Amino acid sequence: MPQSTKERARIVTIKGSTVEVRGLSSYRMGEITYVGEERLIGEIIEIERDFATVQVYEPLEGLKINDPVHLTGKSLSAELGPGLLSNIFDGIQRPLEQIKKATSSSFIQRGIHINALDRHKKWQFEPSKDLTKGNLVKGGDVLGFVQETETIKCNILVPPNTNGELLSIQDKGEFKITDPIAELEGSDKKKKELTLMHEWPVRVARPFLKKLPVSEPLVTGQRIIDMFFPITKGGTAAIPGGFGTGKTILQHQLSKWSNADVVVYIGCGERGNEMTEVLREFPKLVDPHTQNPLMDRTLLIANVSNMPVAAREASIYMGITMAEFYRDQGYSVLLTADSTSRWAEALREIAGQLEEMPVEEGYPAYLGARLANFYERAGQVVTLGAPYREGSINITAAVSPPGGDFSEPVTANTKRFVKTFWGLDSNLANRKHFPSINWLNSYSGYIKIIEEWALEANLEDWGRYRQEMFTILQKDDELQHIAELIGSKALPADEQLIILVAEIIKEGFLQQNAFDKIDSFCPIEKQMKMMKLMLLFYNRAEVLIKNGCPISLIISLKTVQILKRMKEDIQNDNIIKMNKIEDYIHTDMEELGSKYGYKV
Amino acid sequence: MARITVSGVSEIRGPIIIIEGVTGIRMGEYLEVNLPNKPSRKGRVLAIEEERVIILLYQGTYELEKDEIETEFFGRTMQLFVAEDMIGRVFNSQGEPLDGLPSIYSDEYRDINGSPINPTSRIYPRDYIETGISSIDSMNTLVRGQKLPIFTGAGLPNNQLIGQIVKQARIVGADSEDKFAIVFGAMGLTMDDYIYFQRLFEETGTLNKVVMYTNLASDSAAERLITPRVALTTAEYLAFDKGYHVLAILSDITNYCQALREISVALETVPSRKGFPGYMYSDLASIYERAGIIEDSQGSITLIANLTMPNDDITHPIPDLTGYITEGQIILDRSLHNRGIYPPIDVLGSLSRLMKDGIGEGYTRKDHPSLSNQLYASYAEGLDKRRLAEVIGKKELNRRDQILYEFADKFEDNFVNQGDVYRSNEDSLNLGWSLLSNLPETELTKVSEDLIREHIHNKGADSD
Ligand SMILES: Nc1ncnc2c1ncn2[C@@H]1O[C@H](COP(=O)(O)OP(=O)(O)O)[C@@H](O)[C@H]1O
Ligand SMILES: [Mg+2]
Repeated sequence: MPQSTKERARIVTIKGSTVEVRGLSSYRMGEITYVGEERLIGEIIEIERDFATVQVYEPLEGLKINDPVHLTGKSLSAELGPGLLSNIFDGIQRPLEQIKKATSSSFIQRGIHINALDRHKKWQFEPSKDLTKGNLVKGGDVLGFVQETETIKCNILVPPNTNGELLSIQDKGEFKITDPIAELEGSDKKKKELTLMHEWPVRVARPFLKKLPVSEPLVTGQRIIDMFFPITKGGTAAIPGGFGTGKTILQHQLSKWSNADVVVYIGCGERGNEMTEVLREFPKLVDPHTQNPLMDRTLLIANVSNMPVAAREASIYMGITMAEFYRDQGYSVLLTADSTSRWAEALREIAGQLEEMPVEEGYPAYLGARLANFYERAGQVVTLGAPYREGSINITAAVSPPGGDFSEPVTANTKRFVKTFWGLDSNLANRKHFPSINWLNSYSGYIKIIEEWALEANLEDWGRYRQEMFTILQKDDELQHIAELIGSKALPADEQLIILVAEIIKEGFLQQNAFDKIDSFCPIEKQMKMMKLMLLFYNRAEVLIKNGCPISLIISLKTVQILKRMKEDIQNDNIIKMNKIEDYIHTDMEELGSKYGYKV
Repeated sequence: MARITVSGVSEIRGPIIIIEGVTGIRMGEYLEVNLPNKPSRKGRVLAIEEERVIILLYQGTYELEKDEIETEFFGRTMQLFVAEDMIGRVFNSQGEPLDGLPSIYSDEYRDINGSPINPTSRIYPRDYIETGISSIDSMNTLVRGQKLPIFTGAGLPNNQLIGQIVKQARIVGADSEDKFAIVFGAMGLTMDDYIYFQRLFEETGTLNKVVMYTNLASDSAAERLITPRVALTTAEYLAFDKGYHVLAILSDITNYCQALREISVALETVPSRKGFPGYMYSDLASIYERAGIIEDSQGSITLIANLTMPNDDITHPIPDLTGYITEGQIILDRSLHNRGIYPPIDVLGSLSRLMKDGIGEGYTRKDHPSLSNQLYASYAEGLDKRRLAEVIGKKELNRRDQILYEFADKFEDNFVNQGDVYRSNEDSLNLGWSLLSNLPETELTKVSEDLIREHIHNKGADSD
C-alpha cells in the first residue's frame, strides 16, 4: 500500500511495548512500521477508527508524542534463502553476529537494521538439468541448488504463489543472494525476476500440496524417548516441567542427536548463556548421522529473556517459517522452542496493554487458538512443485508451568494440540534422575505407527520389550506404595525381584546422563540390546525365585551392577562386550540354579 | 537535550503523578519534581497518552501539594555517573553519597537500565569459584560469571552463608593481580541486616572494595525498583570497562518484587499470580541477565542474591520466576537448620546449572562429576529410607536400607554440617569418598570401577 505524501502518521500514545498511531485514513493489520526517528521496527496489531496500535520490537525509551511513524506496506516477513544455517538471529531475524560487528558492541542497541541474509556473499548456483527456457514453472518447483553447508543442499524454489513461463535461467555460476537467476512471465504477461532468496510473511503458514500421515520415528538417541515415548518425524511433543527439571538440556540433546536433517532451535525468553553454550558447543560436535559438524544443519533464534517481549512473540513465527522453508525443500526439520510459556506470556503482556479482557490467569481468550495455529504447522507433507518431495516438521516445545503445576492454562492448552507429552517431574529431578520424564504420566500418540515401522526395520521385538518393561515399572509403582507402608523386606520374593529389576531399568536404562561422553547419545541397536539383557535377567531370576532361591543372592549379583553401568561402561558400538553380558547373566543364573538343585 | 519545566499536576495517586497539557516529553525520561523548601524527588515517565504524562516518583508522593509542584524533565533516561572511585563508597539508590564524602563526578555515565548482552558476545562461564563450603563446591559448584540466588526462609542463616562465601571465596589458579570488587545492593533491608553486612565487609577487610547502594526497609518502595539497576550498572562498568571481577550481592529480591507489585497495582495493570504483574518474569530477567562475562573484557559479574521465600514456599511466584531465570539456586532448609546443621543447604533441591562445565579433569578433579552424582543418588535413597523408617520404624528396615539410612545421616552430619569454617574442595571430595566407602560396592553404580579402585580400595590399602 503506497503511502500518500500528504498523509503523515504520528505517535499519539506510548505505553509498555506498544504505541498508538494516528494520522492515516487506513491501515493494514500486520503491517510493518518504522517508529520514531530511530525507525524502531513495529507491527500493527489493532485498528480502531483512525487509530492503529503498533507493537514495537525494541524498547520505547526516548520516543515522543508526534514522532513520525513510517508504514512500509509489508508484513512481518522472513528472508528465506541460503545462509540461514549455522547462523543466529534475534526474534525478528536480525543476525546477531552481524549486529555485533556493525555496532562493535557486546550489547544490543536499538534501531539497527541489518538484513538476515548477507547481501555480499556469493553462492555457487547450479540450475536443475531438466529446466529449459519456455518451460512452465510453478510455486515449489526446484530451479536449482546451492550447497549451503557441507551437510545441506539448499534447493532454490520458485516461491509459493508464483508461476509462469520460464524466460531465462542462469547457467552454473556464482551469484549474490539478490542477483536474478531466472526470469518468468506470468499469465498476466508481467515479467518477474527470481533470486536465490525470497520473503514470506511469518504469520501465514507456507502452502504445501497435502499432509501425509506420519510414518517413521525421529530417532533421538535418548532411550526413554525412543523406546518408551517415541515421536515420529512430523510429530509434536510438549516438554512441560518446573525450573531445573531438564527442559533445556533435553532440547539440547534432541537438537544434537536427532536424525532430523535440519534443526531450528528457538531460545524464546530464556537465558543468554544457554544460547552461548549452543553457539560454542555445536560447532565442535559431530552429527552422528552424517559425521559433519552439527552447526551445519542448525539455525538458532535467540530472543533471550531480557530482550523485548514483542520480539519474543514474533520469534516463534519466525522460527516456524524458516522451518517450513527447509521442509519445502524436502527435508525433515526439527523445531524446538524453549519456552512456549514465555511466548504465551508475551502475548499476555501485549493483550494487557491493549486492555483486552483476560480469561484465565490474565491470558487472552485466543491463547488456545494461537497455540493450535502453531502446532498445526508441524506435520509430514508432500511439498508443492516438481520434482516430488516430502518434507516434515517436528515441533518439540518446552512449557514452563508456574510452580510446576500442569493444570495452568499454557500447559493445559498445549496438551490439546500435541500428540506426545514428556512430563518432567520435579521429584525425579531433585534426586538427579535425568531425563526426569515421568514414565507413569507421559504418553506418546505414535506407538502404533512406530510399532509398524519397527516390524519393517527388523526391530520386531521393540513392542514386546517395551510392554514388558512397562509392566514391570507399573507393578513397581504399586509395590512402592505398599513398601512405603510396610517396608520391602515384608514383600514376597517375587515382588522384591520386581522392585530390583525396576531399579535396574530406572538407573540403567531410563536415566541417561547428557554429559557422559558415551551415553549422551545411545544408538537404537544398543537400546534394544540393553532392554533385551535386562529382561533376560528378569526372566531367569524369576525362575530361580520360584524355585526358592533367596532374593538376597540375586540382589548381590555382580551382574546387577554391570546392567546398571553398561550404558556408560561399554562403547556404543562394542557389540562383543554387550554380548558378553548375556553370557554373564547365564553363568550367574546357572551357578545359583545348581546351588539350589535346579537346572535353569 | 533541552529540559522542559512544567508547573502543577492534575492527579496524584500512590507513587504516581499525572501531568496534563505538556508536549515533547520522552518515554522513560528522567525527571525531578522540585518542591519549595524540600529536597527534590526523582521520577520516570512510565507512559504518555497525547498530552497526559504518567510518572512514577521514586520517593513517593506523600506531602506533595498539587499546585506547588514544578516538574523538570531532563530529556534523557536516568543516568549514573561511574568511576573507579566509587569503590569503597556508600550511596543511596540514586547514587548520592551517604558516607559524608563528596559526590562522584565523572565524564562517564551510563543509562541505569543497561542493554541486553548480545548472546554472540558472551563467554560461557567455566572458571570455578572455591567457596570452601562442601555442599556448594562439591555438589552445587559456583562458577565465575554465574547468577545464583539463595532461596531462604525467615530466620535462616542466609546472611551468615553469604558472609562465609565473601570470606572464603577464591578462584583456584587465579592471578593475584586480578582486580576484585563487590557491589552490594540493599533492597528494603532491615537496619540489623544492613549492619551485619557492613560489619562483614569490615571484618573481611573488603570494605575498601565494596560499592554499597542502600535502600532500607524504611526507604521508599518505588526507589527499590532502581536499587538493583544502579548496582548492576556500576558492576557492569567495573567489570566490562575496567576489568574487575565483580561479586554483585543483592538482598533481598523478595522486597524488590513486593515493590514491583505495589507499583503495578497503582498502575492498574492486570495481575497474574498472587497479584504480581505478568511482566515480573521479564523485569527480573532484566536484572539477573546482566551477570556474566563478555568478550574483549577481562572482568566478570557473578551475582548472588538473597531471596526470602514467603512461608518457605518455593512455588511462590518470586522464587518460582527467579528459578526460571537464574543459573540454579542454593536452597536453605528449615529442618536441617532446626537440627543445628550449618550451613543448612538442601543439597538435592539446590542446583548449579553451570557446574557441569566447571568441574572435572582440567577444572576441579577427574572424579568430581561422577562422585557428586553418586553422592546425590545415595543421599536421595537414604532420605527415602528415612521417610520409610518414620512409618515402619528403623528396626524394620532391611540391612541394605539401614546402611543407606545411615549414609544420609552421616552425609548431613559430616559433609553438610561443616560449620562456619573453610574446607577445601579437595578435602570435601575426599570426605565424599570416605562416606561412600561405608556403602556396599554394589550401591556404587554412578562411579566407574577405576574410580572405586583409586579412591576406595587404594585408600583402604594405604591406611591399613
Ligand atoms: N539428561 C541430563 N543429564 C544430566 N543432567 C541433567 C540432564 N538433564 C538435566 N540435567 C541437570 O539439570 C539441570 C537443569 O536442567 P535444565 O535443562 O537447564 O532445566 P530447565 O530448562 O527445565 O530449567 C542441568 O543443569 C543439569 O545439571
Ligand atoms: Mg531451561
